[in-house]
Amino acid sequence: MSKFVTALFLAMAALSAPAAAQQFQPAILYDLGGRNDKSFNEAAFMGAEKFKKDAGAEYRDFEIQNDAQREQALRNFARRGQNPIIAIGFSQAQAVEKVAKEFPDIKFAIVDMVVDLPNVRSILFREQEGSYLVGVLAAMASKSGKIGFVGGMDIPLISRFACGYVQGAKATNGKIEVYQNMTGTTGAAWSDPVKGGELARSQIDRGADVVYHAAGGTGIGVLQAAADAGKLGIGVDSNQNGLHPGKVLTSMLKRVDVAVYDSLKDAKSGTFSAGVKVLGLAEGGVGYAMDDNNAPLVTAAMKAAADKAAADIVAGTIKVHDYMADKKCPF
Amino acid sequence: MEFVESAALVLGSAVRLSVPLLLACLAGLWSERSGVVDIGLEGKMLAAAFAAGAAAAVTGSAWLGLLAAILTAIAFSLVHGFASISQRGNQIVSGVAINFVAAGLTALLGQAWFAQGGRTPPVQGDARFQPIDLPGEVAARAAGGFGRLWSEVVSGHNILVYLAFLAVPVTWYALGRTRFGLRLRAVGENPHAVDTAGISVAGLRYAAVVIAGLLCGLAGTYLAIAQSAGFIRDMTAGKGFIALAALVFAKWRPVPAMLTCLLFGLLDAVAIRLQGTPLPVVGPVPVQVFQALPYVLTVVLLAGFIGRAIPPRASGVPYTKDR
Repeated sequence: MSKFVTALFLAMAALSAPAAAQQFQPAILYDLGGRNDKSFNEAAFMGAEKFKKDAGAEYRDFEIQNDAQREQALRNFARRGQNPIIAIGFSQAQAVEKVAKEFPDIKFAIVDMVVDLPNVRSILFREQEGSYLVGVLAAMASKSGKIGFVGGMDIPLISRFACGYVQGAKATNGKIEVYQNMTGTTGAAWSDPVKGGELARSQIDRGADVVYHAAGGTGIGVLQAAADAGKLGIGVDSNQNGLHPGKVLTSMLKRVDVAVYDSLKDAKSGTFSAGVKVLGLAEGGVGYAMDDNNAPLVTAAMKAAADKAAADIVAGTIKVHDYMADKKCPF
Repeated sequence: MEFVESAALVLGSAVRLSVPLLLACLAGLWSERSGVVDIGLEGKMLAAAFAAGAAAAVTGSAWLGLLAAILTAIAFSLVHGFASISQRGNQIVSGVAINFVAAGLTALLGQAWFAQGGRTPPVQGDARFQPIDLPGEVAARAAGGFGRLWSEVVSGHNILVYLAFLAVPVTWYALGRTRFGLRLRAVGENPHAVDTAGISVAGLRYAAVVIAGLLCGLAGTYLAIAQSAGFIRDMTAGKGFIALAALVFAKWRPVPAMLTCLLFGLLDAVAIRLQGTPLPVVGPVPVQVFQALPYVLTVVLLAGFIGRAIPPRASGVPYTKDR
């Protein structure tokens, strides 16, 4: 009997061990593409690095090599008592949902997707607002009155970029023509720079002189094709102005770094809240990039127009259409 | 006239898109004609693309990139050859293994050497194969209309494009009109007869896989430092498999292989051009229709609608001497 009680106590002690590990030990799981993709994942890495510097807190991270590793990596983090765990990218949703249910005491955050659980914070961006701004800039920079957009995988999230871009461009120049292409319908569409370059080239051949991409690694090919043809590209997620200095008009910044930084900060100070958090222009979650590389390309008038549009969006006088709300783009 | 100009643009795009398919398809043709099934085209192209991107980024020379790519692809070919010719292993398994190894190794080495998420640093100038303008380019462009056919379709490609199309007659002649080619084809049909004549079956098959490696090296180089400006993880994006489909469609013959690859390239170019634009009568066509067409066509062919596709008789069969 006493043996049984001891065993019971041991079992209970073992079960409560994860609860004891409720300290602040953050972990980050990047999406396919990896930490240094010069784009989406790299932004998350920057946010974590900044927090590490500011708060002196170490963190773990992991770069998956294939889809099957998502769940495994999350569960490994959770078993080790990492808390909070931040998953980057919409593709992590299923894995986060599953693992977050198994470890209800651990806080999770996911970027770009909603996972409706009491211990998960879902961080979304209003990409359409940032895309609107670069659409304004593109329309003003275009001499031919024709601009292009190259998306990665054909999913509503990417159509949201496209729709905001078109709206911004049309608001600036009602007669502007916008060519739109999606690279593909599978995950491979994020890493096919050859196809991306060819899509951009096809748009440029038809007269487009500014091409915006929302296509991850594929976008490297888009920016390259624009630079090769002596036209302008527009980067996305991270600041990609430096990839081809003088040939990248600007970059639509999606501040994944801010999202990661804030989540880490909230978790550390104990103010981490679950639920959906949407970051738009007003919250500093999106914007456009200005630096030395694109300063000669963006005139004072263009900057003024973009900044005015930004102020109007924040004030609510310009409503940017959200493709994901009705799966339609009215422009 | 405007129609001719857009047609020229689409055809030019078709040529650029068909080159990696064509090179990979010819590689498969050499290998399979000798009796070695090569499902590892994708992996060899990927490894070659990585080698080209890495070498060009480090040395700043596109030609050294090409050399590294060819050597890498030949090395992978020899591994495949060793497994399937010397060790008489299952050729499909060996090919699939090559695809996996290439996908993993390029990402791993890329990350370890350049720390950019498996990419190689972007290359510029001499580290890339630049477009070559043939004589009359400017005049033809200015002339517009049919002149654009010259300036877009024939001129303005990089040297690898011309090499790829040159490889077609060379393959046709070497396989069909030389003693070496005759023996190589015989090895793919009836290796026992070749062996009886006192010619080394293994030697001929090794020669074939080395040639396949060379062509895959060209294909990978084209992807990494001619068409783009650096290697990106998984950048072959299934082209090796489409090339295999093209090989079946072309019934293992060089000139039809070129035409098939051009057709597949054209489908891709048309899909790019038509995306989002409604067609007369049918309205907007989903892009997936065009993306699926190469595979659909191949299945239709295999089902016997466009004649029979008969592979070389000994392909996929390891050669064992009778005792």
